[in-house]
Amino acid sequence: MGNSLYGPLDDPATDAGFTEAPPRMGFFTDTSVCIGCKACEVACKEWNAVPEDGFNLLGQSYDNTGGLSANSWRHVAFVEQPAPAHVDALTEAGTQFLGMPLSDLPGRVTDAPRTDFRWLMMSNVCKHCTHAGCLDVCPTGALFRTEFGTVVVQDDICNGCGYCISGCPYGVIDRREDDGRAWKCTLCYDRIGDGLTPACAKACPTESIQFGELDELRTRAAERVAKLHEDGVTEARLYGNDPDDGVGGDGAFFLLLDEPEVYGLPPDPHVPTRDLVKMWKKAGLAALSMVATAVVVFAGRSK
Amino acid sequence: MSPGGGDRPMVPKAEFESYYGRPIVRPPVWTHDIAIYLFTGGLAAGSAILAAGGQATGDPVLRRAGRAVTMAALGASTFFLIKDLGRPERFHHMLRVIKPTSAMSLGTWLLSGFGGVAGVAAASEFAPLLPERGPLGLVRRVLPPVGAVAGYGTAALAPGLATYTAVLFSDTAVPSWNAVYPDLPFVFAGSALASGAAVGLVAGPNDRVVQMAVIGAALELGAGHRCEHGYGLLSEPYRKGRAGKLLKAAKVLNAVGAVGAVVGRRSRVVSALAGAALLAGSVLTRFGVFEAGVESAKDPRYTVVPQREQANGKKVNFPSA
Amino acid sequence: MQDLANADCIVIQGSNMAEAHPVGFQWVVEAKKRGAKVIHVDPRFTRTSALAHSYVPVRAGADIAFLGGVINYILSNEKDFREYVLAYTNASMIVSDRFQDTEDLDGLFSGFNPETNTYDGASWMYSGCEDSGRSHTQAHADRETAAGLEYESHGASVPGDLPQDPTLQNPRCVYQILKRHYARYTPEVVERVCGVPQEQFLEVCEAWTANSGRERTTALVYSVGWTQHSVGVQYIRTGAIVQLLLGNMGRPGGGVMALRGHASIQGSTDIPTLFNLLPGYLPMPHYTHHPTFAKWVDGMRNPGQKGFWSNAESYAASFLKAYFGDAATAENDWGYGWMPRLTGDHGTYQQVLDMIDGKIKGYFLLGQNPAVGSAHGRAQRLGMANLDWLVVRDLYMIESATFWKNGPEIATGEITTEQCKTEVFFMPAASHAEKEGTFTQTQRMLQWREKAVDPPGDARSELWFFYHLGRRIRERLAGSTLPRDRGVQALTWDYPVIGERGDEPDAEAVLKEINGYDLTSGQLLSTFGQMKPDGSTSGGCWIYTGVFADGVNQAARRKPGREQNYVAGEWGWAWPANRRILYNRASADPEGNPWSERKRYVWWDAQKDEWAGEDVPDFEKKKPPSYRPPEGAVGVAAISGDDAFIMQADGKGWLFAPIGLIDGPMPTHYEPAESPMRNPLYGQQANPTRKVYNRPDNPTNPSPPEQHSEVFPYVFSTSRLTEHHTAGGMSRQLAYLSELQPEMFVEVSPELAAERGLEHLGWAHIITARAAIEAKVLVTERLVPLRIEGRRVHQLWMPYHWGGEGLVTGDSANDLFGIVLDPNVLIQESKVGTCDIQPGRRPTGPDLLRYVQGYLDRAGLGPDHHPPIVTARDTDDGE
Ligand SMILES: Nc1nc2c(c(=O)[nH]1)N[C@H]1C(S)=C(S)[C@@H](COP(=O)(O)OP(=O)(O)OC[C@H]3O[C@@H](n4cnc5c(=O)[nH]c(N)nc54)[C@H](O)[C@@H]3O)O[C@H]1N2
Ligand SMILES: Nc1nc2c(c(=O)[nH]1)N[C@H]1C(S)=C(S)[C@@H](COP(=O)(O)OP(=O)(O)OC[C@H]3O[C@@H](n4cnc5c(=O)[nH]c(N)nc54)[C@H](O)[C@@H]3O)O[C@H]1N2
Ligand code: SF4
Ligand code: SF4
Ligand code: SF4
Ligand code: SF4
Ligand code: SF4
Ligand SMILES: [Mo]
Repeated sequence: MGNSLYGPLDDPATDAGFTEAPPRMGFFTDTSVCIGCKACEVACKEWNAVPEDGFNLLGQSYDNTGGLSANSWRHVAFVEQPAPAHVDALTEAGTQFLGMPLSDLPGRVTDAPRTDFRWLMMSNVCKHCTHAGCLDVCPTGALFRTEFGTVVVQDDICNGCGYCISGCPYGVIDRREDDGRAWKCTLCYDRIGDGLTPACAKACPTESIQFGELDELRTRAAERVAKLHEDGVTEARLYGNDPDDGVGGDGAFFLLLDEPEVYGLPPDPHVPTRDLVKMWKKAGLAALSMVATAVVVFAGRSK
Repeated sequence: MSPGGGDRPMVPKAEFESYYGRPIVRPPVWTHDIAIYLFTGGLAAGSAILAAGGQATGDPVLRRAGRAVTMAALGASTFFLIKDLGRPERFHHMLRVIKPTSAMSLGTWLLSGFGGVAGVAAASEFAPLLPERGPLGLVRRVLPPVGAVAGYGTAALAPGLATYTAVLFSDTAVPSWNAVYPDLPFVFAGSALASGAAVGLVAGPNDRVVQMAVIGAALELGAGHRCEHGYGLLSEPYRKGRAGKLLKAAKVLNAVGAVGAVVGRRSRVVSALAGAALLAGSVLTRFGVFEAGVESAKDPRYTVVPQREQANGKKVNFPSA
Repeated sequence: MQDLANADCIVIQGSNMAEAHPVGFQWVVEAKKRGAKVIHVDPRFTRTSALAHSYVPVRAGADIAFLGGVINYILSNEKDFREYVLAYTNASMIVSDRFQDTEDLDGLFSGFNPETNTYDGASWMYSGCEDSGRSHTQAHADRETAAGLEYESHGASVPGDLPQDPTLQNPRCVYQILKRHYARYTPEVVERVCGVPQEQFLEVCEAWTANSGRERTTALVYSVGWTQHSVGVQYIRTGAIVQLLLGNMGRPGGGVMALRGHASIQGSTDIPTLFNLLPGYLPMPHYTHHPTFAKWVDGMRNPGQKGFWSNAESYAASFLKAYFGDAATAENDWGYGWMPRLTGDHGTYQQVLDMIDGKIKGYFLLGQNPAVGSAHGRAQRLGMANLDWLVVRDLYMIESATFWKNGPEIATGEITTEQCKTEVFFMPAASHAEKEGTFTQTQRMLQWREKAVDPPGDARSELWFFYHLGRRIRERLAGSTLPRDRGVQALTWDYPVIGERGDEPDAEAVLKEINGYDLTSGQLLSTFGQMKPDGSTSGGCWIYTGVFADGVNQAARRKPGREQNYVAGEWGWAWPANRRILYNRASADPEGNPWSERKRYVWWDAQKDEWAGEDVPDFEKKKPPSYRPPEGAVGVAAISGDDAFIMQADGKGWLFAPIGLIDGPMPTHYEPAESPMRNPLYGQQANPTRKVYNRPDNPTNPSPPEQHSEVFPYVFSTSRLTEHHTAGGMSRQLAYLSELQPEMFVEVSPELAAERGLEHLGWAHIITARAAIEAKVLVTERLVPLRIEGRRVHQLWMPYHWGGEGLVTGDSANDLFGIVLDPNVLIQESKVGTCDIQPGRRPTGPDLLRYVQGYLDRAGLGPDHHPPIVTARDTDDGE
């Protein structure tokens, strides 16, 4: 099955059997211009009639959504942090961090050393993986690969077995409590089929969410990182853009300003089916050991 | 740190390695039904082998007990599998497709096939109750040989049924399930054998059953030990917390059951107790493995740390723009 | 707004642009992508700060000191754009030798009258025309009627030929006065007053000045973080002075961007819902100042003055023709006698106090939720509970419609449902998607909106409501012979009705009436220049004339940006005359050439002998830069070819306002009405002319030099969250928004949390002399204690979106505020106050009143206690 399970893949739609698939569509989410307005969260819910997710003050900065879930297909993460991040470690180790000139916030200068503050915001979404764990494991075929290379659940097929939920290395797809079925971002399959921009991208005021042909987005993203590096934002990096990564590259990838785990993303995920062949081999061996046991026990001469 | 406060009176500072300590992969939505399913599936497989053994060695007690338990366990399996669905009435959607990449798809087909042959085998036990003449008389005559074939058929599918569940668990993003894929099938295989043997120990112990019990328990203990120690940080959930307790108890029960089976093989009572211990051990193993996986998914550490190490070993994540 | 993308540097101060104007913020992001530097100056680190290159924490209420520091930096380092300053500002004008500065009088300007707490403005005038200064009594009346700024917007009567000193050396020239006034606002002083470290302050100064001048421009963005202060207008003046000195006004990527609020709040100042203005900024007639039409018009145009206000008679006559149609004749002064008159303060806060006092019996409340949104929530609710009738038109059952049964005063026993005599009529309103019309947004642009769906049930548009209300009233009064009913009888009230029910007034017909007609031909006017004083034209709002130019609804234009030049003048329609940047004549040098290629915008096209450019030039099209008015010219003809500020009486941008502001010709730092600090600069603690309402139900927390300010030791501020809208009527009713910010909270720094034992996500309550409210605690490093005058000052912050109705409910931050207003525009000081904060929930029921009383007692605030107004050590004017 080769690259159908793991590794770079030219076009997942073709791999899935589409003959004249349109270009693969996806998202480039540039968190360096995200203002945390959550318009994407709301627009997604409005368009897709996603139920509300409960009125809970979480106290995680301005994030009261918590994460992606069956009832939140976009999620804006908020991270309050002093930068650079290693400073804390230095002060804790007893080193007097003197700080860069101007990097100390006032009022703290005499009380405690303090660095410039950062508030990171990032709108998370289903990655529409090249090798999608959720899709691979779905036993009903409810999850399918669209002609745009995206991954979509058919809600009339899903029987809520829950396998996809554990199959996703990003913790994206989720089962809705009162409904029993699995839900996640469809990359607005109904909209993009009509040539429209997905609701979240359309609502995003700063073009933090950019929708388009994946190839083009990758080029654009590379340019953006280069520009940011030029401007001294050396911490800018891409995440999920690399077709050589554990999921064959994400259909929705990101520009981040810190390590992925800071935003609640897995640092180096892989699709579980990467090892599927080996798994079956091991299972086969174990099955054989059962056969062998049966033979040894019952075929031997009676004692 | 709990998001609700903790030692620092402020917006919990996002720990460097995680987002407010929230899980990264989603903890399975499966309930304990699935742990029970694992056990009953294993039990069905083990007792099918036991029944076939009885068949082969001409031991009707083992055969009958084996077939009966297979059917009961199978029924329970199916029940729990369906019960755990979000939309149980759509269970049959599982049979829309055959998907090689989905262990659940293959497993469901396997379970159906297994159910079919096991049913025939079990039904054949009722042949003597049929009238001797008439069309049913024909059935009465044909059933036993068909049942015999079906019995062996069941046994042939049994190892698959017992071990596919290991792939089912391993082929997920749940860190501690995914990592232990080389050993998990052996745990489940051993556990299935031991529970099948346990049925024999209760119904009609003999040396073969004892042997089966010992091999099963040994396999389970051995492979289990590797899960608990061979995978670095990802073995930790198998040793810690509730999962650790469950698995520890399972080990004790398995060892006790195996030893009991050997030393008590002349005593029906001791054998039965040993059988019970093995069954209990098998149940706890499944719960333990289940819980360990869930815990590994809940704590982002198990996702982040190994992946971070892996990522650090790789190239720096800057694009070659 | 889009023009921000052309800026080289953007200073956002007093605005949380990313959170409150997320869509507009795209232009800041765009500018940033093009290389602009973005600076955010704000008391707390917000989502705007997160995107800025540099965030500068400042003490709430101290911006004049900060900007004064910037002015001082500019002047003492001669960083001003001198050619611009000389050509386009009043820097060279000579001020009366009677003028004395706050620097001389311990925080007061010359002319202060402690009786009325107003100034006699004669000494602020240019030398030689002291007589046209404003007197105490006039200043007092102007404060009552928020009329102060009319002098500025309409210009003062300033003769054209006043003494000037182009060398800027005369010690009495504006430039030198300014320099002296701000000399003491040094970086050290800025640090002491605002808590901004000097290096950080200097970084802002350097960025601002380096990105201004011929080749570069800096834009300044403010919003209600600046306006809602007892010195709000002066905040903005300070910003304007900086921008004038640096030559950033009227140029692309420059200017002062006042971000407005509600979707059409700009529209509701242009065609105002304000008591003191009529459409197009015509003043509401005052019963003594404007007894006749002629006096009213002269009050706007100041005969002999130059500038476009000289045509005020045309605007005024056309306006009255729109109101009264054929009934308006030359003989009856176009029906001027039927217009209502101002008699004093009819502002919203005075009204609510009048309600409490039983002086107002009935009230219409449309599209406003004062029970939550207005300062002193308790007074708002008690006032409404003392009416005979109240009509509320809203989308939802808001707090202002349910105070009589669900308000917090029910629990305290101050309102008893059974005894509350107010009869509340709730009428469901059609929302913006359910009716057509225009929005005038923040950059003065009108955009026509189609109706998307029919309103549900009985919901109707405002237009429907007022049209039919007016129709019925007129039917009732048809036979009346009372003189007071004549105006209503004479109104034109003949809008065509359309729609399925056949009773919806046609919104386009209304917009056409606003645009105005040539009554002789029946044609729609295309510019206000066509308006006549002889009754042959009509026009409901002269500045909107042109929105129907050529008979086309220009506001409905939707030409995509990529199909036109970057100014995008064919998207919607902006007043005046579809100009996108006001005073854009200043983007060219006095000779009419762009200051630089990089910043070219409009210019004199010598070939065609006319002004040309990317935008509609804000100048007479055919008037060459070399034009000099003949002797004795007045009005438009008196505007010289290089007078860029054509609405000003002297054609100049005012660095020093000789008339217009009630509180002084130059901004000066005063502490907020409630402050834990003694004013570090002057004996005069707070704005001496601020509007106060000294009543037992409106106590003010003590501030130095008074005793007991330590009872309320912390500074608090209130503002917005992206996730909610204002008083919450439109967001707390929606699940998708409510879930994003589900509870009222208060943000505190870790240091303050430690000091007061507050726990993250635990409860706390906040106390002022007016109320105690509770909130969940969010401890965050986004708030930092500041070091002011060597003392640690804690600031805490709350959103003001919560109230008792809706999906998510909570205490209202506005209950904490009292009523203190800016003297010029009567806006409340709701951005800064003092308070105490304590862990745990507040007491409930009558205990709550006792609890607050305890604080009043400790703070020495008896019913007759009034904060002192004048605290300067030397209160005579020093003559
Ligand atoms: N999402 C959303 N958008 C809105 C609204 C809404 O309710 N929700 N409301 C609309 C309306 S009506 C308006 S008027 C606008 C208001 O828009 P903004 O004025 O941008 O919004 P605010 O949040 O009220 O306050 C702005 C900032 O002023 C700061 N501030 C307070 N005091 C001071 C001070 O003394 N100096 C300085 N430098 N800063 C100070 C506050 O910390 C805050 O960050 O927003 C409009 N847009
Ligand atoms: N403490 C504090 N107080 C403040 C501020 C602050 O920053 N701090 N900001 C101030 C500012 S800038 C503002 S603008 C005010 C806002 O305060 P308000 O104007 O009192 O509050 P809103 O909630 O905006 O009220 C608008 C109401 O209009 C209704 N509505 C919407 N569309 C329509 C319509 O078409 N027709 C009718 N009839 N009703 C409609 C909505 O449902 C809503 O209830 O708050 C002010 N108060
Ligand atoms: S991110 Fe998860 S849910 Fe989305 S496609 Fe990949 S595996 Fe599936
Ligand atoms: S829950 Fe639904 S979508 Fe997910 S694997 Fe099961 S059937 Fe497929
Ligand atoms: S693409 Fe559509 S479904 Fe996916 S997050 Fe955006 S709006 Fe929601
Ligand atoms: S809409 Fe855009 S800017 Fe707003 S939170 Fe979402 S991604 Fe960020
Ligand atoms: S709500 Fe409307 S006015 Fe406010 S930012 Fe969004 S689009 Fe602009
Ligand atoms: Mo506003």
